[in-house]
Amino acid sequence: MNKTDTGRSHTPSYYIKEAFKDGKAFIPFITCGDPDLETTEKIVRSMSENGADLIELGIPFSDPTAEGPVIQDANLRALNGGVTTDKIFDMVKRLRKDISTPMLFMTYANVVFSYNTDKFISTCAEIGINGLILPDLPFEEKEEFDDICQKYGVALISLIAPTSQNRIAMIARQAQGFVYIVSSLGVTGVRSEINTDISSLVKLVRENTSVPCAVGFGISTPEQAAKMAAISDGAIVGSSIIKLIAQFGRDAAEPVGQYVKTMKEAILTLKSDKNSLQS
Amino acid sequence: MSNSQGRFGVHGGQYIPETLMNAVIELEEAYNHYKDDPTFNRELTNLYNEYAGRPSRLYYAKKMTQDLGGAKIYLKREDLNHTGSHKINNVLGQALLAKKMGKTRLIAETGAGQHGVATATAAALLDMECIVFMGEEDTKRQALNVYRMGLLGSDVIPVKTGTATLKDAVSEAMREWSSRIDDTHYCLGSVMGPHPFPTIVRDFQAVISREIKQQIFEKESRLPDVVMACVGGGSNAMGTFYHFIEDKDVKLIGCEAAGRGIDTFETAATINTGRLGIFHGMKSYFCQDKYGQIAPVYSISAGLDYPGIGPEHAWLHDQGRAEYVPITDKEAVNAFEYLSRTEGIIPAIESAHAVAHAMKIAPTYSKDKIIVITISGRGDKDCAAIARYRGEDINE
Repeated sequence: MNKTDTGRSHTPSYYIKEAFKDGKAFIPFITCGDPDLETTEKIVRSMSENGADLIELGIPFSDPTAEGPVIQDANLRALNGGVTTDKIFDMVKRLRKDISTPMLFMTYANVVFSYNTDKFISTCAEIGINGLILPDLPFEEKEEFDDICQKYGVALISLIAPTSQNRIAMIARQAQGFVYIVSSLGVTGVRSEINTDISSLVKLVRENTSVPCAVGFGISTPEQAAKMAAISDGAIVGSSIIKLIAQFGRDAAEPVGQYVKTMKEAILTLKSDKNSLQS
Repeated sequence: MSNSQGRFGVHGGQYIPETLMNAVIELEEAYNHYKDDPTFNRELTNLYNEYAGRPSRLYYAKKMTQDLGGAKIYLKREDLNHTGSHKINNVLGQALLAKKMGKTRLIAETGAGQHGVATATAAALLDMECIVFMGEEDTKRQALNVYRMGLLGSDVIPVKTGTATLKDAVSEAMREWSSRIDDTHYCLGSVMGPHPFPTIVRDFQAVISREIKQQIFEKESRLPDVVMACVGGGSNAMGTFYHFIEDKDVKLIGCEAAGRGIDTFETAATINTGRLGIFHGMKSYFCQDKYGQIAPVYSISAGLDYPGIGPEHAWLHDQGRAEYVPITDKEAVNAFEYLSRTEGIIPAIESAHAVAHAMKIAPTYSKDKIIVITISGRGDKDCAAIARYRGEDINE
């Protein structure tokens, strides 16, 4: 896929499904502008080169209520550094000159709404953003955003949580791009164990939709990523990457690239061996 | 917005993570079941009357009336409630509801500490565990209330993120709720947040206007011309307005915290300086920058130091049914001292914002007009801070 393809032959959301086509997807998350946008740009290139199938770009928000301390701090560092929605759009334009990996924005409803929802989402389509994740937008409120997302072909990603139960079928039936399965209660952050019965959640999702599903929240080690990807279609990792960026700052592109490579390899290796892993 | 619940015009809704959706649905179902349940209502009324000391007095402020020389002024004395503010009305209702739902643990946010103290009190009474989230800045401004909550058996968790004030305490309480739902009820303290909270809190606070209406008929045999209250999230104001909304001749005035002035960045006057947005589970007006980043608001009053306002207030504003006026720190402190001196009533610095506006408008009304001001809480907790404001350092 290249920039021309993104705009013309298919809608932006098409490429999200494509990201899962060749097997299990590894989906890294990064907060844009932490510590600055120049570094973010380098890290995105490095993630793309090292096997990221889909990249989640976080637009920072002053009060990220679904995030744990690690990503909260990243949001604050980015905002204190002066990053804005417009500057992030410009960065994506630069990346799209040579990076074809599908990309999503992850942010909060107010960031989109206050920019003007139509203007925000049409810009996403124009610059090659394939989808949008808004963790504070549940099924009941999505119409206001989804109608506009559909108009421009940008996928509005649906989330399913361990508490979703009777809501899973309803949510999955209208899912686009992929279904984001929240692995655990609470906020984002590294967890030593994931106790939710993810397999059952995945089963219920798959009974109601053909779009792929990926698991996020709490995944940090290659073993966890492999395990989650083995029972779903992919693994999403945020806090571990943000920690590397906090540690290495402007030199984070290389260690993050290495980490992405390790995670992607773990997913691929263990996938072929998944029967023995699960037994 | 066909699926959206709990709308007040364009405002309200349920903008929360999927993890919490079944929790708010469960709460709504329980509330709809119990709100008309005779046993529940009998128990709640009993708690209001026997425990909280309701009905609160509607006091004719004769000296203030004479001094200002205009409209007749009545004070609705929510400061006389047990725990010292209107917060107990909502907390007793929610705690009783949570108990009926089988919850054993309450969590709450607090700004000035009044809602935290009220929640800690209800938890003690109903044998529930209680955790209160409070901005670290506010734990310093309101050290006495932190101690009170501890005394009542609650844990106070200082919130260090963001501006370390009320909005951050709300965010942290929402995070905590999403990590532990089964046994925990989030006892939200104002008419804000996702549906059904704005409705539930309003209904429990509506006891204020129900009583005012009855009391003013007993004393004056007519409706008041103005009812007014301070507004942060807006629970005492919503309670004060609610039973007068349909009485179109009654003017409703909410007094917002302007801090150092609405032409400065150090303000918390949401209606006067904010714009439409989505935050803390609701669509409403918020103080924010052009990219939707929530503004670090400021007021001398920790209880009004919040960048948003409840969705029903936003709607009352849109319709022109209620008027929202900004009151500065300076005006509020003057009113705090004025009411203490004139009537021997030390109001909470929050409530002093409403008193300040009454001081401006009462002289412009003729003597046959009636103004009711809700004194949402008592001001003991604020004495040290006001002394500091006046350059005097006292030990609490």
